[in-house]
Amino acid sequence: MTATIERLPDVASETHIAAGPRPRRVPVVLLYVALALFAVATLLPFFWVISGSLRSLDEIRADPGAWLPTAPTLDNFARLFSKENFAGYLFNSVAVAIMVVLGNILAAAAAGYALGKLHFAGKKLAFAAVMASLMVPFTAVFVPQFVVTVNLGLIDTLAGIALPSLALPISIFIMRQYASSIPDELLEAARMDGAGEFRLFFTIFLPLSGPAVATVTIMSFLNSWNNFIWPLIVAQSSSTYTLPVGLAATSQASANVTDYGLVLAGAIVVMLPVLVLFLFLQRYFVQGIAASGLK
Amino acid sequence: MTALRTSTAPNTSGVPRKRRPRGVRTSVIAWIFLAPFAIVFLTYTAIPALAAIGFSLTDLQGRDLRNPFNVDFIAIDNYVRLFADARFIRDIGNTLLFVVVGVPLTMALGFALALALNSGIRRLRGVFRTIFFAPVVTNIVAIALIWQYAFNNDGTVNNVLANLGFAGPNWLDDTNTAMPIVILLGIWRNFGTAMLLFLAGLQAVPEDVQEAAALDGAGWWSRLWHITLPLLLPTILLISVLLTVFYLQVFDEPYLLTDGGPLGSTESVALYTYKQFGFGNYGISSAASVVTLVLVAVVSVVQFRLLRPRT
Repeated sequence: MTATIERLPDVASETHIAAGPRPRRVPVVLLYVALALFAVATLLPFFWVISGSLRSLDEIRADPGAWLPTAPTLDNFARLFSKENFAGYLFNSVAVAIMVVLGNILAAAAAGYALGKLHFAGKKLAFAAVMASLMVPFTAVFVPQFVVTVNLGLIDTLAGIALPSLALPISIFIMRQYASSIPDELLEAARMDGAGEFRLFFTIFLPLSGPAVATVTIMSFLNSWNNFIWPLIVAQSSSTYTLPVGLAATSQASANVTDYGLVLAGAIVVMLPVLVLFLFLQRYFVQGIAASGLK
Repeated sequence: MTALRTSTAPNTSGVPRKRRPRGVRTSVIAWIFLAPFAIVFLTYTAIPALAAIGFSLTDLQGRDLRNPFNVDFIAIDNYVRLFADARFIRDIGNTLLFVVVGVPLTMALGFALALALNSGIRRLRGVFRTIFFAPVVTNIVAIALIWQYAFNNDGTVNNVLANLGFAGPNWLDDTNTAMPIVILLGIWRNFGTAMLLFLAGLQAVPEDVQEAAALDGAGWWSRLWHITLPLLLPTILLISVLLTVFYLQVFDEPYLLTDGGPLGSTESVALYTYKQFGFGNYGISSAASVVTLVLVAVVSVVQFRLLRPRT
């Protein structure tokens, strides 16, 4: 048989086994043209934001719909950090993200280990809780969440923004799946040597779970960085705004002056970190989204 | 075996039982491991979900914030008011429109792209997938503001239309075009997820079945219809449920693009809930959120009914 089984070093890890030549109605060239056109359409907003962020206020006022800057300037970015408080928003976003990522690694690794590797009373209940919290819509719980946060004295604080995201169900689900895949023999050997569960967790499970920790890190960072409605509710003064909330506020404040250059420069600051991470660590994003979608 | 089990639990506190060989001690340890999740789950998911139902039966207001238990029980008054509110009924209609239009279009787009990327093309496959998936990870506030800039009355979209000789509408301020643009943003940001899940599903379709059918003379459409689609049914159901649940809660797109306008034509149930919350009407807001909770629960139950026999 001439069936060519190729394993290409794809950007993501999964390998695609291409079948041998089959009759196809759609010529490959047309397929590429269609994909390319659609790719251009998908990327249009990214083009608009780069082009628009480089246009000065005067230029946008004179010709709002132009596709390219006539005299590109970085002035909008400078204003974000001099006139607007984007340095503060950036700091807040980073601080919340650090809390959320660390919380998720610890909480999810521990819970994942318990759910994937231990047999205990209430295991089914605990797993049901994880699955239930994957499904409970945020809209359905934010009013009581707000009341809880107010009464914990955490309203308008970064901790109050981070707290509900410290143990995301998706992180626990990812760690639990990974823990289940680790052979029991590895742990049994250490158990026979008298090691307790805490030692097993720290000396055997955690060192082995690098890939899952990476996925959890990426997913919880993505969640924290892009989170909008909860920070919008909790942050009540600009000193606790995260980047998305600060950007929305900047946009509302500049609505009557149509200072789109400033807003678009802010949009770039907000989306760039995640897009850069995505380009380099796409594998983990794909795994994470597939895990959250596939269950 | 029994010797092994006792040696793994060298403590004396736990009573070793046959049914749970690791005993009470392991259960305690397991729950210590689960404690961080359990605490966050109880304070921020389980109790709030129950509290939302409780709040929806009271006249809780913004001023009762520090005393959430000091309120009057008013039974189903909030629900009566809710369903007598023409705005809420309109918003349910808007949300269902979002689902009915958004889910099929998002799925069709994701499926078409997954088929194209799975059709044996090799070059640029990874690049295309990266591009199509990028919207999923992009910050929605940033993207919505870019769309505002582009779909502005004298924005880049109308600029192109003007050059082609058309006068474009004021997209986001026109009751005929605002909703389509809001839905389009939802599709733009979700088709990548659908594509990814369809790709995973397609790669599980056995190639030899396809080839056998091709040898028997089955054409491309015939194989798609009789082999690929039936085998993909679990994936199709899964994606449809995920998207339905997601779109039932749609908030970001209408809030950021139009704030529900013009004339409420893009206001969703989630946005209604948020606005009532903003007015301090926590009871009404909770009742509206319970309606979402029920809708999502119904969809989820239907999902499990449909998926269970297969998995």
